[in-house]
Order: sequence, then C-alpha cells, then structure tokens
Amino acid sequence: MPTITYTDAEGESRSVEANVGDSVMETAVRNGVPGIVAECGGSLSCATCHVFVDPSDFASLPPMEEMEDEMLYGAAVDREEFSRLCCQIKVTDGMDLQVTTPKTQV
Amino acid sequence: MSANGLLIIGSSQAGVQLAVSLRALGHAGGITLLGDENHRPYQRPALSKEFLQGIITKESLIYRTQAYWDEHRIKVVKNERVVRIDKHSDGSGVAHARSGEVFGFDRLALALGARARRLQVEGADLPGVLYLRNADDALELKARVPVVHDVVVIGGGFIGIEAATSLRKLGKNVTLVEAGPRLVARAVGPETSEYLAKHHAENGIEIVVGAQVTRIVANGDAVGGVEVNGRVVPADLVLIGVGVVPNTELAQSIGLACENGIRVDRYAVASDGMTIAVGDVANLPNPVPGAPEGDRVRFESVNNAIEQAKVAAYAITGRREEYAGIPWFWSNQGDLKLQIAGLSTGHDRTLVRRDEEKGRFSVLYYRGDRIIAADCVNTPLDFMAVKAALAQRASIPYDEATDPSIPLKSITRSETA
Ligand SMILES: Cc1cc2nc3c(=O)[nH]c(=O)nc-3n(C[C@H](O)[C@H](O)[C@H](O)COP(=O)(O)OP(=O)(O)OC[C@H]3O[C@@H](n4cnc5c(N)ncnc54)[C@H](O)[C@@H]3O)c2cc1C
Ligand code: FES
Repeated sequence: MPTITYTDAEGESRSVEANVGDSVMETAVRNGVPGIVAECGGSLSCATCHVFVDPSDFASLPPMEEMEDEMLYGAAVDREEFSRLCCQIKVTDGMDLQVTTPKTQV
Repeated sequence: MSANGLLIIGSSQAGVQLAVSLRALGHAGGITLLGDENHRPYQRPALSKEFLQGIITKESLIYRTQAYWDEHRIKVVKNERVVRIDKHSDGSGVAHARSGEVFGFDRLALALGARARRLQVEGADLPGVLYLRNADDALELKARVPVVHDVVVIGGGFIGIEAATSLRKLGKNVTLVEAGPRLVARAVGPETSEYLAKHHAENGIEIVVGAQVTRIVANGDAVGGVEVNGRVVPADLVLIGVGVVPNTELAQSIGLACENGIRVDRYAVASDGMTIAVGDVANLPNPVPGAPEGDRVRFESVNNAIEQAKVAAYAITGRREEYAGIPWFWSNQGDLKLQIAGLSTGHDRTLVRRDEEKGRFSVLYYRGDRIIAADCVNTPLDFMAVKAALAQRASIPYDEATDPSIPLKSITRSETA
C-alpha cells in the first residue's frame, strides 16, 4: 500500500497507509493527522494544506498548476522551494512520500 | 461530571469541528456527535460542484475514518432526529429522538445548521422539483442528471449558480432565474455580479434577473416547466436555491433567545449561559475587527463553522478565546473561482482590478481609507493579500492598488504607530 509520512514542525512523524486516488490532504485529514487544516476540503481555495515535500520526492510529483502556485504565496508560513498544497497531490500506486507540515496553517 | 458528557446535535461542519477541536485541546469528557442524516458525517460544499460534476466520489466527502472517531472516543450517532429536549438549569438534560432513543447530556451543543427555504408557489411539490442542501438531495439530483435535458434553476445565489454551472458543464440546457435585479446580491457588489453574469451567459447559461416565478407547470405527472414573467420555460428538472432557514426550533423550545438564528455571545454560548450554538444556526456578534458595536451576523460558511466551533471548544474547556480569523468564503462556478475575504457591508468606495487577458478580476471594498473586503475571481494572489492584510490590520492604499499588475502584497503596509 502507498504510504505517506507526515512530520510535524517539531519533528514528530506519523506514517499513514493511503489509498490510490485520494489526495495527500484527504489521507491526512481523514486519519486525524494534525498540522493539516484543509478548510476548503481540497477545492484549492484556502492554502491551509501546505506541506514541504522531501526534496528527494519532489521531482517525482506531477508539477503544480498556476492556481496552486499562486495560492501558495498566501500560505500562513512562507513557501519554500519544495512547498506544495497537498490537496493537489494524488496518491499513486507504490507511492512512499515524506512531507513536513509547517508550524501553522492559519 | 456524570458519564453523559457533551451532546452535540448536528454532525456536520460545525459539530464535527467542535468534537475534533475538543479532543485536540485535550478535553477528556465524553462526546456524542449526533445527527439525523443516514450518512457518515460529510462535507457539503462539493455537493453543488465537484461531486455533482462527478469529479470526486462520495468517499472524498467523509470527514474522518471510523478509526479516528474510535481512537478519539467520539461516539458518532447517525440517523437519529432529536424532537424534544428536557434541559435543567445547570445545562444538563435529556434529548429525545424520534425513534424513542434518549440521549442524556451534561452539556449541550447545538450545531443544527440550516435547511433549504421552500418556494411557496404552485407546482413546487411536483416530482423533478428539487432542492440542494444535503447528501440525499445531491444523490437524487445526480440520479436524474443522465435523463434530463432542460434545467431551470430558481435562485441566483451561490448554490443556484454553482449548480447551474455544474449542470451546464454536464451538457444541460440551463436557465437561471433570479427574482432580484442581480446575482448573489446578498454577498457581492454589483461589479462582481455583473462579471459573473456575463461570464456564465457566455458559457451558455441563460440568465433572467427580475424574474417573477408565478408557477411550476406539470408535464403529465412530473415537472414540465416554470412560468417566468408570464412565459413558460420548459424544464424536465427544476432546482430551487432560494436561501436557507436556520434550524432554531429546538432552541426555541428550551427557551433560548433566537433571532435569525440562536443568539450567542463571543464565546458561542447561548442565552442560558451554558448551551453552545455554532455554525449556520448561530447568530453571533460580528467578529470582524472594527465592526460596529452591537452588530450581529449569521454566516453560512465553512470558515465560520470552523472558527466558531474552535471558539466553542475553548469555552467548553474553560478558556475565553475570541474568534480569530477573518471571515472568508469561496465559490467555484464552472471555471471561475470566486474567493471573498472580509465583509463588504458598510463600504463607501470600491476599486476594480481587471486583467481581461489573463481573465482576472477583483473588487476591493474600502471604508474611508481602510480596506474591509475583496471579491476575487481567478485571482488568488489578491485574495490572499487582502485576507492577510485584514488579519494583520494592515492597509492597502487605494491609490496604489489601481494597477492590477502590481501585486497587492507589495503595497501592503502594516500600521504600527
Ligand atoms: C450545496 C452546498 C454548497 C456549499 N458550498 C460552500 C462553499 O463553497 N463554501 C463555503 O464556505 N460554504 C459552502 N456551503 C455552506 C456550508 O456547507 C455550511 O455553512 C456548513 O455546512 C454549515 O455547517 P453546520 O454544521 O453549521 O450546519 P449543517 O451543515 O447544516 O449541518 C447541520 C446538521 O444538523 C442536522 N440536524 C438538524 N436538526 C437536527 C435534529 N433535530 N436532530 C438531529 N440532527 C439534526 C442536519 O440534518 C445537518 O446534518 C455550501 C452548502 C451547500 C448546501
Ligand atoms: S485544502 Fe484548501 S487549498 Fe488544499
């Protein structure tokens, strides 16, 4: 099963088994991973699902679209090189993704 | 406290958030999250958008896994409708469900939401005349979509427009009729209404404003059309979205003050000083920094349900925290993404930023020199900049904001004296 590992700003990690086709945001929220708020439920309107993708995983993800790129500029914690809004990352077969959540989302 | 704990009636956006926030704050008491729908707690916004269009499935709407609820000792009860409450003066009591089941509580939270306002017009009860408030409504609508061609949507508010654009995307002939002079008049300014109307008309939705619906006509046993301004517009599906009514009846029955919702204070506590009310059902002091004293609002938004539920969770755990965020809202309408930050009521100036080429459009609302709100269409940068400025009580000078190619963030100034 695909696995997503969420590490919070304090360094605490939690790995969750994910379903192909779900988003990395849904996987977190449904399992109660703190650190991802996702107010808009994945409709790319809130930027409260910001994550820092592990640099070694970043290139393997499909590139982001313009809307996500713009929304990221409004994230509560400033974006960095490997920032994504994780409602836009779909879980794929065999995925083993590491992301870090920012100190705050709002 | 006895073993009954907190009973939350209404297991949707506000009720779910209240339960989740309480556990996040370390609240250890019992929590029962009870609702009358026969579904696991789910999110509504996509019902008129991605779910209706078939982009996402039912499973995506579910808030939490059962494992989450179990692990956090939140007892989720579905398909139970509370019809009577006996409440004592200390805030504890018993809720009676229609099934005969009873639910004791030490403290009560009402997250009852709102229901679709019914249209009082001849023919409104014909088969094929639908509303869109909950999952059952959405499932019925979705089931009819493959077999209908001509849709009339009555009501040019957010849900009406969203559903109209979704149905248009699915290839239907869509007519959108609105009684008032413009679309979403309650929530956006005339410039935004006009922009939306023009765009949706260009995408093939017939929009009629100033529309008087005199009756819904039958074709055999089912709906056949809508009589608008004396002419019958053919329809094999009619969707009514003419606003909502807050579900205050239970609150009234236990003597809580109600007026366009259950009246609560800044801590989401109702007039008995104990019962909590949150979400679409609550009427609260306007939380926007600088709002007129005594001004009250009732929101119908995810953001409010979440913010107010957090405030309530603090109140239950004995902390007095006020509403922190800036009210905001989104509405995806076909290929338009509308995002609203703040409340524009009381503005005296507007500024339109428009970039036809890029398809970007936003309206900034000012009261005097102070920015108070913005409607942003496909312009997330403007939305984010205004939302941030409002939260930090920073200013965006009017005269500098007129050029849409200048990012608002770059001209935002904090006002530390
Ligand atoms: C189609 C649609 C699209 C939307 N789109 C957006 C959007 O894009 N952005 C946005 O911000 N907001 C949107 N909203 C609004 C948002 O969904 C609501 O503001 C939010 O759901 C309010 O949450 P709530 O928990 O207060 O109330 P509700 O969601 O109304 O939930 C109340 C629950 O209580 C139950 N209940 C009521 N009475 C009883 C009783 N006596 N016993 C037991 N249970 C009871 C109800 O059945 C319901 O399940 C949309 C709403 C709809 C319907
Ligand atoms: S959940 Fe709102 S932008 Fe990702």
